[in-house]
Amino acid sequence: MEEILILSGKGGTGKTSIVGSLAALAKNKVLADCDVDAADLHLLLSPSVKQETEFWSGQVAVIDENGCTECGLCQDLCRFDAIKDFKVDPVSCEGCGFCSHICPVEAITMEENMSGHWFISETAYGPLVHARLGIAQENSGKLVARVRQQARKIAEEQGLDYTISDGPPGIGCPVISSLSGVNLALLVTEPTLSGIHDLERVVGVCRHFGVPAVVCINKYDINEENTRQIEDYCRGQDIEVASRIPFDNAVTEALVRGVPVVEYDDGRVSREIDKLWQNISGMLANGRKG
Amino acid sequence: MIISVASGKGGTGKTLVATSLALSLKDGNQVTLLDCDVEEPNDHVFMNPVITGSEPVYIMAPVVAEDKCTFCGKCAEVCAYKAIAVIKDHVLTFPQLCHGCGACSYLCPEKAITEEGREMGIVEWGDAEGIDFIHGMLTVGEAMAPPVIRKVKEHAGNDGIVIIDVPPGTSCPVVEAVKGSDFCLLVTEPTPFGLNDLVLAVETVRELGVPCGVVLNRTGVGDTKTEEYCEKEGIPILLTIPLDMEIARLYSRGVPLVKGLPQWKDNFLGLYERVKELTDGRNPNTER
Repeated sequence: MEEILILSGKGGTGKTSIVGSLAALAKNKVLADCDVDAADLHLLLSPSVKQETEFWSGQVAVIDENGCTECGLCQDLCRFDAIKDFKVDPVSCEGCGFCSHICPVEAITMEENMSGHWFISETAYGPLVHARLGIAQENSGKLVARVRQQARKIAEEQGLDYTISDGPPGIGCPVISSLSGVNLALLVTEPTLSGIHDLERVVGVCRHFGVPAVVCINKYDINEENTRQIEDYCRGQDIEVASRIPFDNAVTEALVRGVPVVEYDDGRVSREIDKLWQNISGMLANGRKG
Repeated sequence: MIISVASGKGGTGKTLVATSLALSLKDGNQVTLLDCDVEEPNDHVFMNPVITGSEPVYIMAPVVAEDKCTFCGKCAEVCAYKAIAVIKDHVLTFPQLCHGCGACSYLCPEKAITEEGREMGIVEWGDAEGIDFIHGMLTVGEAMAPPVIRKVKEHAGNDGIVIIDVPPGTSCPVVEAVKGSDFCLLVTEPTPFGLNDLVLAVETVRELGVPCGVVLNRTGVGDTKTEEYCEKEGIPILLTIPLDMEIARLYSRGVPLVKGLPQWKDNFLGLYERVKELTDGRNPNTER
């Protein structure tokens, strides 16, 4: 079984649109949406939810007003400035529990926190594991780990060939969490200076965790000089550019209709994504170099 | 006046709005621009600041003096993140898991634990054409953005107009960046993805008690559902920016919109006036 993760560093480069199309092109796979704070893949795959599970993770401090003597020790010691006027701000609380251990009158307890939900769904393209982090919640990394773990379990149980995961933007905790066990990271970038800057950082993260990467340049014709710069950079890093996808309003039109672009038309973008999938599935079949 | 620029969905134009707003306001105002997207900071690409100072960001992690340690296991018991473990007569620490809360060192009965800073990012500051510029950068391979974001915000004064470029999403880094703002601009695009993530972003800023308004970017394709949602929720659309190849090309070259197309400056000044009205003029520090 091969595990493919789509990342980008910079948001809005087209990760989800590409994953939606790979969902339609790849056979025998399970899909996972690891962008748990702003999940969008379901908007292209019209899932029907088969199983919904609460995700309990972390704790929040609660001060018992009646027991509290207002000594202020918890406020002085909290490193996250989460206690003001003897009240806990649940949004700032990191759930470390320090305050509950040091309260001289034991007026602080830690309560379990439900930080979101995760789902196993059926789609026309196969099973999808996705999640919704609660508003302003922490621990997105742990929820991502749960999504990845469930996807892997489904792939193993059903003898599937691939897990294809839509990753979060950035390079921090949810990205690191989604990289675990991945065989190939597909990095979707765009030919903008910001896109190039962010690509370099996400390549760094893949290197740091030893995950091989290939690049797809989306909307490559917006600035062909920058596209050449990305290609030069990739050559220098020994990273293959697996595809160059042109800018086309068809991507947005397909999105508005809630379908993957390869199911919407067979224009330039669809043909390029088809080639992209042949490229990366071929690379995985041939056991690409690390 | 602190204005944060957030979005939920990535790539909707936060950086475009934050940089052009800062540049439009700099004549006659004291303006500070904070790039709090410390995982993928981009404002410097557009602003070319002259960096005049920097400071590493450390997170405190425990160091155990095993000669003092009795291996009682208290530290491991109080650590909520499993960042310290006692195995027979050894104490193992996992610095990447540590959130730096300080519980283990404070509660160690033998005072055998001290804390040592581990560098996990950097904050840099400088000047960009009269704008005070501050950004933070998370070290590649590090997981936790909020401590770097906190440091960026600590470096900013509250005088004049402070503009905060926020990371995408709705979780802890966003909360850390938006917290304490007088107003939050939510930049989105008129597509189902843009709308889905806008709804989440609105819930997040409402949870924080920060009033918000929308900047609708790349209008002309997509659908009208975002406008319908804003109308229903009573969220004002303060500025619309069309899908335009010239704007996209300027962005791709790292040119701020108001520099490439100066006629946009009035729109950003108008945006600021609307924000001022919506915050009831509770911005006593605006004029220098």
